[in-house]
Amino acid sequence: MKSIRIGSGAGYGGDRIEPAVELIEKGNLDYIVFECLAERTIAIAQQAKLKNPNKGYNSLLEDRMEKILPLCYEKDVKIITNMGAANPIAATKIVKQMATEKGLKGLKIAAVLGDNIFENINKYLHCEVLETGSQLKDLNGEIVSANVYLGCEGIVEALENGSDVVITGRVADPALFLAPIVFEHKWDVNNYDLIGKGILIGHLLECAAQITGGFFADPGYKDVPDLWKVGFPIAEVFEDGEAIITKVKGSGGCITTATCKEQLLYEIHDPSKYITPDGVADFTNVTFEEIGKDKIKVKGGRGTEKPKKLKVSVGYRDCYIGEGEISYGGSGALNRAKLAGEIVKKRLEHNKVSIEELRIDLIGVNSLYRNEISRKINREEYNPPEVRLRVAGRTLTKDDAIKIGNEVETLYTNGPASGGGVTKSVKEIISIASIFIPREDVKVEVVYEEV
Amino acid sequence: MKLREIAHSRTGDKGNIANVSLIAYKKEDYEVIKQKVTAERVKEWFKEIVEGEVIRYELPKIHALNFVMYKALGGGVTRSLAIDKHGKSLSSALLDMEI
Repeated sequence: MKSIRIGSGAGYGGDRIEPAVELIEKGNLDYIVFECLAERTIAIAQQAKLKNPNKGYNSLLEDRMEKILPLCYEKDVKIITNMGAANPIAATKIVKQMATEKGLKGLKIAAVLGDNIFENINKYLHCEVLETGSQLKDLNGEIVSANVYLGCEGIVEALENGSDVVITGRVADPALFLAPIVFEHKWDVNNYDLIGKGILIGHLLECAAQITGGFFADPGYKDVPDLWKVGFPIAEVFEDGEAIITKVKGSGGCITTATCKEQLLYEIHDPSKYITPDGVADFTNVTFEEIGKDKIKVKGGRGTEKPKKLKVSVGYRDCYIGEGEISYGGSGALNRAKLAGEIVKKRLEHNKVSIEELRIDLIGVNSLYRNEISRKINREEYNPPEVRLRVAGRTLTKDDAIKIGNEVETLYTNGPASGGGVTKSVKEIISIASIFIPREDVKVEVVYEEV
Repeated sequence: MKLREIAHSRTGDKGNIANVSLIAYKKEDYEVIKQKVTAERVKEWFKEIVEGEVIRYELPKIHALNFVMYKALGGGVTRSLAIDKHGKSLSSALLDMEI
């Protein structure tokens, strides 16, 4: 039976490059996919594009392409990536220029467009926002971007037209992997059991090392060999949708049924309804079978019809977060840190700093799990040798956010004994509101550059 | 015994919703976690963190449970004031539950 080999070259925008190079060199790949867009990455990239119309793509694009483009050309490995972010066209131009300089003749580069619906956002102001339950027009903050989650169709079209590099903006993560499978195996996109299997494979691979031992190791319980050089995964995908997940021999990490199960449920809600633009996948019948070292057979994916509406991530200027931290050590450190936290809170209140929500953490004590779980994990009376106080607050203005860190800093001379190592920061927060729009409103377009 | 002795776990995030899987290492322990780790118990365990409901899904074929916890990430990954905005460390806390 015909099979194709797809490697996962990045699990997030800033991921390591060495495992991708290793995959291209030794993985006998047909395709390599770089998934680089978190939920609000495009909203932030859109800001960069506003400042400079030639920017707005993933900031590691040049660096990555420099390392992989000649190698992929030589080994005939096609590249699919959402590194276009807010500006896929600019990204294809960069890749074209690089390919020309390196003499990679005949290289065809495609940009998949259509996800950016920012210009039409006024049409959707009445839509209900998933996160808040109210209408989009009631958002408390300027809208800065709006991107639809596209399915695999644009990438498939680019591959049908002979593209070697396909660069997208917002596309559902699994679709980046589903596209080459649909294209190579000539799947009917209305055969939802097959599509469900393809989405499953995409979901398993989209976070790269998260299925090869990354985000998994727990010494003594879940040991992972050579995690420092953990390799990225390869899916060998057969025509019938069954697949083997594996990695390059000699790379670090491991692929076991346990790593696969953890990744299967990663970011999943109802496992019988994993909604993507290409179909709704059902993972409840999925099984993993170890057929060799670091070789897991995946079976049992299935699916149902694609949704009539598509999800749109709307980025908006939400708020500011101001933070400050300071450390206390020695006997009594915990009490001094607690006192310091109370002082900061009182001073902010006294000075009438307008804060929506304030949070006081004692790092090393309760910053992850608050008090009750922390006490249960640590059953003895706790006398930490050092504690770091962290105060964070959400505000509507930058000025108010600045005051939070400043009030931590004044603890140096106005707080408990021997506090040291203050840091402070202010961040503008771009948040995401999700709406759903009719599929018919979205028009996918593919444009090409050739060397 | 802590859950950690018989199961492993991973957290995922979407907006203000966290999901925490709980996967038995051995087939026979799936029945144990299914019986002992109810949605109610998980909600109680995380009551200082999770403000919304907790829904449990069962995946007997891979000996796993999936807990979906609403209003669990301090208002959502982008605007949460927590250090661990994604709630990635929640899985380790679940494994500290005594059964």
